[in-house]
Amino acid sequence: MLTAMRPRIELLWWQGCPSTERTLADLRAALVDLGLDPDAIEVREMATEQQAVDERFPGSPTIRIGGVDPFPADDMPGLTCRIYRRADGRPSPTPDPARLREALAQAVAA
Amino acid sequence: MIATAHDFALPDTDGRVHRLSELTATGPVVVVFTCNHCPYALAWHERLADVAHDYGFRGVRTLFVNPNDGERYPSDSLEAMRARVADEGWSVPYLHDEAQDVARAFGARTTPDVFVIDGEMRIRYRGAPDQDYEDPAANALWLREALDDVLSGVELRRPETTPVGCSIKWKP
Repeated sequence: MLTAMRPRIELLWWQGCPSTERTLADLRAALVDLGLDPDAIEVREMATEQQAVDERFPGSPTIRIGGVDPFPADDMPGLTCRIYRRADGRPSPTPDPARLREALAQAVAA
Repeated sequence: MIATAHDFALPDTDGRVHRLSELTATGPVVVVFTCNHCPYALAWHERLADVAHDYGFRGVRTLFVNPNDGERYPSDSLEAMRARVADEGWSVPYLHDEAQDVARAFGARTTPDVFVIDGEMRIRYRGAPDQDYEDPAANALWLREALDDVLSGVELRRPETTPVGCSIKWKP
């Protein structure tokens, strides 16, 4: 396993959405799959509307890989829950695990 | 102890007022606190609409109630509710709890948060539609079981589960 993780992986969350735990588990699993350190994820809570604006936080959960959201959203920043889509189009509170792994693999390869 | 439901009268997206006690006079009613912007509410929506359809034939009425602050969350405004009902061709009334009084009276916490009220205005089930928002095959089983039990006049197998979803967006 690589001890130094490249790139920087962030998980931004808000307490109003119960999706953080599952997202973190999916993210950790994807990192392990890729031979990366699952404990190197930076987990940060968004607690205020101002913080959401300052961080350009479009909702919970938001993942950033090297500062880039692999699932870009047009939503205005705010304390809300994000809507992701599964491969078959179904709405979901969390990113599709396969797509998340793919995005991480691309970032690592870059 | 079985709680008595708070009676309410709320308008739907066409302005038609629905009074809970009038509906329970003819059978059980499912009240679902839900909204437009929450991924959990969206993930469970089709399953809940299917329950409304399937149990409508057995005398069960279903009401979807949006309690969110539409000013801070414009996708939950009355205008957005109307647009969604029209776009998706809803057959279930979508009520606007603008003052949030009904959600408060029910103690609703999330979207979705599901309640089954029997003909005597008693809350017989409260919680999630089923065990997994991610799995359409779960088919709102907990809600279906609750309705089957109420309609059969037997003790509920599972009168309460933990609601799962986005926090209700209360007004400041």
